[in-house]
Amino acid sequence: MKEQALRILIVDDEAPARNRMRDLLEDCASKVSLEIIGEAANGRAALDILEEKEVDLVLLDIRMPEMDGLELAQHLRKLPDPPAVIFTTAYDSYALRAFDLHAIDYLLKPIRLGRLFDALSRARSITPLRLDVLREIAPEPRTNLSVRERGKILLVPVEDIVYLKAELKYVTIRTHEREFLIEEALSNLEEEFGARFVRIHRNCLVAKDAIAGFEKIAESGSEYWAVMLKGIMEKLPVSRRQAHIVKEFGK
Amino acid sequence: MPSINHYPYALPNFRNLGVLLRVLVIGNAMGLAAALPQADTLSGVAHAMVEQATLLQPVLIASLVVLGALNGALQRLPYAAGVAAVMTIEAAIAVATAEANRSWLVMELGPWWRYLILALLASAALLAYFNLRSRALSPALEEARLQALQARIRPHFLFNSLNAVLSLIRAQPKRAEAALEDLADLFRMAMADNRRLTVLKDEVALCRQYLELEQLRLGERLQVEWHLDKMPGDALIPPLMLQPLVENAVYHGIEPSVQPGVIRIEIYRDGKQLHALLDNPYHAHGARHAGNRLALDNIRERLSLLFDAEGTLETALHDNTYRAHITIPYLTAEAA
Repeated sequence: MKEQALRILIVDDEAPARNRMRDLLEDCASKVSLEIIGEAANGRAALDILEEKEVDLVLLDIRMPEMDGLELAQHLRKLPDPPAVIFTTAYDSYALRAFDLHAIDYLLKPIRLGRLFDALSRARSITPLRLDVLREIAPEPRTNLSVRERGKILLVPVEDIVYLKAELKYVTIRTHEREFLIEEALSNLEEEFGARFVRIHRNCLVAKDAIAGFEKIAESGSEYWAVMLKGIMEKLPVSRRQAHIVKEFGK
Repeated sequence: MPSINHYPYALPNFRNLGVLLRVLVIGNAMGLAAALPQADTLSGVAHAMVEQATLLQPVLIASLVVLGALNGALQRLPYAAGVAAVMTIEAAIAVATAEANRSWLVMELGPWWRYLILALLASAALLAYFNLRSRALSPALEEARLQALQARIRPHFLFNSLNAVLSLIRAQPKRAEAALEDLADLFRMAMADNRRLTVLKDEVALCRQYLELEQLRLGERLQVEWHLDKMPGDALIPPLMLQPLVENAVYHGIEPSVQPGVIRIEIYRDGKQLHALLDNPYHAHGARHAGNRLALDNIRERLSLLFDAEGTLETALHDNTYRAHITIPYLTAEAA
């Protein structure tokens, strides 16, 4: 019985690096049954291919412009059947130490045929990457949050987000255009994006850039502060515990 | 070609702006120190300084003019003879100024040997200071060189370039050969003994080779504009003064974006100064900080060791363009 071919996607921003990987994969093809599904030069292009086609293994460059490999690997986990990931990198002492620590697979560029062959042979048994581990390894906050909607992965640029609001087990992402729902803990988001957002309530983080001002609201005998937003009519209540931010941001 | 190495025993370069400023500041500080014990009130001290100025300032200015004029001849003397010559010149200037004051301004002054001894003490103190300073800076130069060696070419660049060359070998063997030759030149330069000044056009050629290699990896994302029509190719510059800046421009200006970006390089001479301007796009998002300061500090340190206040590296951010601007004295092999 012939085993099904290993379906592979190459992701690297540098064309020569993709060509080299293709050459090496073709060299392996005589011993390992494989099929190159495609090549992508950046994270977005990779997600587009992954939505269209089924892929078993992504060979993923770590250093790419705008969305790096560590971030893309996090978004990949939103796919219904996430592919295995093997990172590739030329030199990245920080990430490599973390990879070794968590037994994450990687290949060093220039990649040796033998190493690639070993990695392909293992590919079917690679354990899926854990999100919390990826988060821990990534040195920078993500540039996008990813949302699954009708089988597609939507990327929401973090710079477009006005506020994040926790509701039951979901967090609502509000941009100027619309709302999205994600399954992440608000406290984790606060930790990751603390430089960009400020907590105004137990359940709400607001983008500092989106704050237009503060207003005192009197309601049924009690008074509280509310945040007014740029470009959105909605007002968000500030909790008593977080009232100090009104002073910090000025009025 | 002149050596960058400061010998532990060498006279200061009397035509260097930094040396001139130090002589003026220290000379006047000595004057203040001498005026202080002569009076009990601040206005008294000021009065004493004004009186003394008619003597001190002409001596300082005449010294700078004479030593500047004789700089070439003084530098060629052995250190001990140079010191003796400088002290003789200073003593002569001091005594001549005192005598001129006595006869033309009819000032009440002490005997001539007092000024002779003062001048000898002051110039000995200044020479000792410059000697100590150059010795203190010498190990720093060695260290800067070592540090430069390590910081200069990023390992990231080496491995990515090797990977790019490997990708060419099967399809474009000729291009792969050229790329490996460029890579060899770059590393030969980086590992060379870099204490001697190099010719500007060689450094520009090195930058071109470096950019060729980067072009291989980055393709059309990397665009380079050269403005070299007013460049004096024969100018002498510290080796690897430009290449690390070009590398920085690629690393911070081109790599973080999927869009094509332009690196603009302009080198020109303006009178006695040589200017090099490097512009690259600035990306606020995902800005890479590590390594940037190191390369800049490295170049700054080398410039200040070589040219004191006359060699500067300034950086500025304007309209999303990051600019590095190097200014150094224009030197050539004939003049030096």
